[in-house]
Amino acid sequence: MNRAPDIESKLPAGQFIGRILNRFGFRGRGLVIAIPTLWLLVFFLIPFLVVAKISLSEAAIARPPYLPIWEWSDGFLSFSFNFGNYMFLFEDPLYLSAYMESVKIAGVATIIALLLGYPMAYLIARSAPNTRNLLLMLVILPFWTSFLLRVYAWIGFLKSNGIINNFLMSMGVIDEPFVMLQTDFAVYVGIVYTYLPFMILPLYANLVKLDPSYLEAASDLGARPIVSFFTVTLPLSMSGIIAGCMLVFIPAVGEFVVPALLGGPDTLMIGSILWNEFFSNRDWPIASAVAIVMLFVLVVPIMLLRRAQAAEQEAAS
Amino acid sequence: MRGPSTFLKVMGLVGFIFLYAPIISLVVYSFNESKLVTVWGGFSTKWYVELFRDPQILEAAWVSLKIAFISATLAIIIGTVASFVLIRFKKFRSKALLSMMITAPLVMPEVIIGLSLLLLFVAMENLIGWPSGRGMLTIIIAHATFGSAYAAVVIQSRLVDMDLSIEEAALDLGAKPLRVFFDITLPIIAPALMSGWLLSFTLSLDDLVIASFVSGPGASTLPMVIFSKVRLGVSPDVNALATIIIGIVSLGIIVAALQMNRGKKNG
Repeated sequence: MNRAPDIESKLPAGQFIGRILNRFGFRGRGLVIAIPTLWLLVFFLIPFLVVAKISLSEAAIARPPYLPIWEWSDGFLSFSFNFGNYMFLFEDPLYLSAYMESVKIAGVATIIALLLGYPMAYLIARSAPNTRNLLLMLVILPFWTSFLLRVYAWIGFLKSNGIINNFLMSMGVIDEPFVMLQTDFAVYVGIVYTYLPFMILPLYANLVKLDPSYLEAASDLGARPIVSFFTVTLPLSMSGIIAGCMLVFIPAVGEFVVPALLGGPDTLMIGSILWNEFFSNRDWPIASAVAIVMLFVLVVPIMLLRRAQAAEQEAAS
Repeated sequence: MRGPSTFLKVMGLVGFIFLYAPIISLVVYSFNESKLVTVWGGFSTKWYVELFRDPQILEAAWVSLKIAFISATLAIIIGTVASFVLIRFKKFRSKALLSMMITAPLVMPEVIIGLSLLLLFVAMENLIGWPSGRGMLTIIIAHATFGSAYAAVVIQSRLVDMDLSIEEAALDLGAKPLRVFFDITLPIIAPALMSGWLLSFTLSLDDLVIASFVSGPGASTLPMVIFSKVRLGVSPDVNALATIIIGIVSLGIIVAALQMNRGKKNG
């Protein structure tokens, strides 16, 4: 207790900031709220408005490569909105089929990840505490190593003269190599592989809270394990399932790296289209329109995710 | 309670093989003499030598480390303040907005974040002349923004678990809120700050898509160099690089896990 007086001097940073705030008449609270809010407004929310604005402008050979949508002339502010970019997206079948294809690939990959991730999460939740921590660490560890390098590793696996084909041919199972790389199959493998931890972690967090007495009650009443799984465990873990599925589905729709490295020329995903419009064609307005439509596609999944996460939080408290 | 069934164990084994087989193959083939990545030509460390002779990779690695260090530090500041405000402050007008903005970057596709930030930087440059050109600074801002979202997840869960009565006691004894924060809250949530910082650091080191959008000439990060290399096919020195990264990460995680175990036993 006798050390209390020099705490003040130990905290030059806190004191200094406090003094500045007082001088400018800030109630501390308002400023503390303002720091993260302003940062995220400027660098997260306003950028979307800029994208929306540029999606309505016309492409031009200029720096930056688009025309302004408002102009001052003779004291009047004149707007010229150009909806042509959106018209173009709906007229050219390329974009429409790329959106459908992305949703399909992301959807199927999400279901595969769920079928693989649910048993893993359940296994971890049912293990003894020591094993549980080890298994959990094994799920998280790949997440910490480079995502790009882990996708790259699959090239060596799936190539015509890759590990899988070499193995199958040396066993005499096949005579000619399977073509796996540069197909949709490789894209599914890559997406499931990269996003599997995002599926397992929320499922685990849900399943580990499941009260075992429910299952005991079900079995006492004569339910077989498979029946009590489908009538007790599965319904109770629904918000974890939705959270995990959306955490995989939403980023997978806009995925770029996996189709770029593992997919073939026929793999049409909207993330790659946006990338090419921007980097190869330098058509910023079309790239912006592609992004805005993608956001609309993702509105429902994002709302589902928020609802599932709110439900999970409520269950936790 | 019954232990996991055989079915679960088999599925778990399949899942973990799926997660680890590619990583293990990267490590094994990084010691391969042959240039053909999938044919075993004997043990060799020549790809490591080649890696350290490649000035492009070394330069990019240095750029990436600098960006990751600064952006993780910024991310932890923004993430901590945002988490504190969201968990500890009673209702305020922009609470829902802030909560939305701090969680949304977690699920937003990277191509959208990258494109929107680039367009913002271009618009700002035309409007106020800052940031002039694109390069390290713009990548740092971009990484700090999405890093803060991940940091906030870690810090928020720690703040929720934390015992409120310690902070309340200090306030009752007359300490100013700012002092309570620096003296009591911050030391208690320090482990969460550390893991949040490491998470943002790793994510920044790993990011290809956002950096490609907001970077300019002269600022190539490590993932950008790796991507341009592996797009042309497999190259064994990338395997060597991967092995080094995997080694550092595994070591870090094992040390952290041992530390945590010891903390639990002492506590």
